[in-house]
Amino acid sequence: MLFVPPEEYVTFDTENFNTMPDISYLNDLIIQVRRDILRQVHKVNSGHPGGSLGCTEFFVALFQVLMERKDGFDMDGKGEDIFFLSNGHISPVFYSVLARSGYFPVNELNTFRHINSRLQGHPTTHEGLPGVRVASGSLGQGISVSIGAAETKKLNSDDHLVYTLCGDGELQEGQNWEAIMYAAGNKVDNLIVTVDYNGQQIDGATENVLPLGNLNAKFKAFGWDVMEINDGNNLTEVIEGMKEAKRKTGKGKPVCVLMKTVMGNGVDFMMHTHAWHGKAPNDEQLEIALSQNPETLGDY
Amino acid sequence: MKKYTDSGKKDTRSGFGAGLTELGKKNEDVVALCADLTGSLKMDEFKDNHPERFFQVGIAEANMMGIAAGMTIGGKIPFTGTFANFSTGRVYDQIRQSIAYSHKNVKICASHAGLTLGEDGATHQILEDIGLMKMLPGMTVINTCDYNQTKAATIAIADHFGPVYLRFGRPKVANFTPEDQTFEIGKAVQLQEGSDVTIIATGHLVWEALLAAETLNEQGVSAEVINIHTIKPLDKDAVLKSVAKTGCVVTAEEHNYYGGLGESVARVMAENNPSPQEFVATQDTFGESGTPEQLMDKYGLNAEAIVKAALKVIARK
Repeated sequence: MLFVPPEEYVTFDTENFNTMPDISYLNDLIIQVRRDILRQVHKVNSGHPGGSLGCTEFFVALFQVLMERKDGFDMDGKGEDIFFLSNGHISPVFYSVLARSGYFPVNELNTFRHINSRLQGHPTTHEGLPGVRVASGSLGQGISVSIGAAETKKLNSDDHLVYTLCGDGELQEGQNWEAIMYAAGNKVDNLIVTVDYNGQQIDGATENVLPLGNLNAKFKAFGWDVMEINDGNNLTEVIEGMKEAKRKTGKGKPVCVLMKTVMGNGVDFMMHTHAWHGKAPNDEQLEIALSQNPETLGDY
Repeated sequence: MKKYTDSGKKDTRSGFGAGLTELGKKNEDVVALCADLTGSLKMDEFKDNHPERFFQVGIAEANMMGIAAGMTIGGKIPFTGTFANFSTGRVYDQIRQSIAYSHKNVKICASHAGLTLGEDGATHQILEDIGLMKMLPGMTVINTCDYNQTKAATIAIADHFGPVYLRFGRPKVANFTPEDQTFEIGKAVQLQEGSDVTIIATGHLVWEALLAAETLNEQGVSAEVINIHTIKPLDKDAVLKSVAKTGCVVTAEEHNYYGGLGESVARVMAENNPSPQEFVATQDTFGESGTPEQLMDKYGLNAEAIVKAALKVIARK
C-alpha cells in the first residue's frame, strides 16, 4: 500500500484558480477515488458505495477544476466558493476527494466509520474534519443550509458561490421544497444546487418508490434556472455543464443542475441497480471491482 | 422579606423584541429570521431598522432552521423567531443535525410557550419543549420570567457562542426584575432567603413563587425563592446550597413534569443530597382553550398550588 506523504497532496493553486489540471491526471484521480470508495466501505463492511461511485466525476470536477478555494480550511469560508453535501451518505467519495485535494492526510481514509475517527459514517463538523461545514445524513436539510450560507455571502459582499449536491430520492423530503420556494422568492442567485439524478434509492427505483415527476418542470415552476447534464459520469461533460451553471449565477435566479448519473458507475456489477446503495462488497467482489479500476495515483 | 413590586404588566415577548432592537443597533452580525409571525414575536422594529438583516421565511420553520444554521457560516448570529411549538417539536431534527450536532451559533427564540398562550388551545401550547431542547448535547436552555429579564437575556445570548433556546410567552405578566440587570447564563438568582423550603421556579412561575412565599410567610413558613432562568446548564451549586439549608424543594414551571426543570433539579439532588421534592408542573397532559388565568388555575400552576406543594413537602422532611 502506498502512503501519499503530505508534501505530495494534490493542492489547488489559489493564485491561478482557472488553471485546469491535466485531463489525464484527472482521469487517473477518478479511478483512484473509485478505489478509495470501494476500499473504505469494504474494510468496515458498511457504507454507501453506489451513490459515491456515481458522483466521482462530479466531486473531482468540483474540487479540482470548478471551485475557487483557499489553501487550508476555515469554517467561515469567506472569500472562496464553498460546498455542502446534502445526501451525506455518499461520504466515501466526499472524504476521498477532500483528502486527495489536500484537506487531510489520505491515509486517514483507513479510519472511515471506525471508532474514534473523524470520518464518521455521515459527514459531521463534530470531529473537526477539514472540508465539512455542517453535519448531513438526515436528508433534506442541505439546500436550506446552503441558502443560509449564500445569504451570508451576500451580506458579507463576498461574490463567491455556494455549491450543493443533493440526491434525487432526497427530494421526497418536504423541507427541500420550502427551501426551493425560498431561494427563488428571495433571488438567491449565488447558489448552484446539483441533483444526483440516478433514479435509484434504497428501496428501488425512484419511479417505483415515489415518482419524482418532471423535476425540470418543477424547479422551473418554482422560479429556478434549470439545466441538465446528460452524462454526469463524463468528466468533460460535467466540467462544461457546471461552467455553464456558473455563468447562470448572479442573474436573479438560483441555479439547478439535474445531473444524470449511473449509480455504481465504474464497477460493472454495481451499475444500474439500487442493490449497492448501502451495501459493501465482500473480499471477492472487492477484488473484481478493483481489477476494473487499476491503481493510478497510489492507494492509501 | 424582600418586597418585589410589579412595575406594570408587560409581555415577555416584548422584552425579546426590545432586546433584539438593541442588539440590532450594537451588533452588525446579528440577523433575524421569522416564519410569518413578526408581529407576534415583536420583531417589527428590528425589521424596520435593518431590513437587509431581516429574513422573512414564510410558514416554513424547517427551512428557517436550516437557513439559520447556514448563515452562521461566514460569521452571522441568527435569531429565529416563531412560537415555541414550531421552534422545537416541529423542527426537532433540523435543530438536532444542522444546529446542535453541527454546533452552530443559532439563537432559537420561542414565544407563546406553555399554557398561557391561552385560547388557541393545545395544538399551539407546547409543554414539552424544555425537555426536547435540554436533551440536545451542547444546547443552552433559558426560560425567562418577565419583560426586563427577557430583554437582558436576549442581549446576553448574542455574546455566548453556541446554540441557545430562549423561551418566553404571550401574556402580560408582572415586570419585577431590575431594568439594568446583568444577565448571566447559568447563574441562578436568589429572590428570597428562607430556611424551611426552597422554591425553585422558572418563567411565568417565578412571580407566582414570590406570591406563594408571601402567603407562606404569613403562615409562619420561611421560603427561599430561586429564579432559575437557565435550565441548562443548571446552577447546581445554587440548588445544593439552598437544599442543604432547607432540606426540601418545590419546583415550579409551566411545562410537563416529564423533562422539565423539576427533573433536572431532582437529578442534581439524587446525585448529591437526596431530599423531598414536589413538582408544580402539568401532569403529563395536553392543554386546552381558555384564558391564561383559567388554565393556570385548572392545571395547578399558580401561587396557590405552590403554597400547597410547599406545605406538603415540608411535612415529608
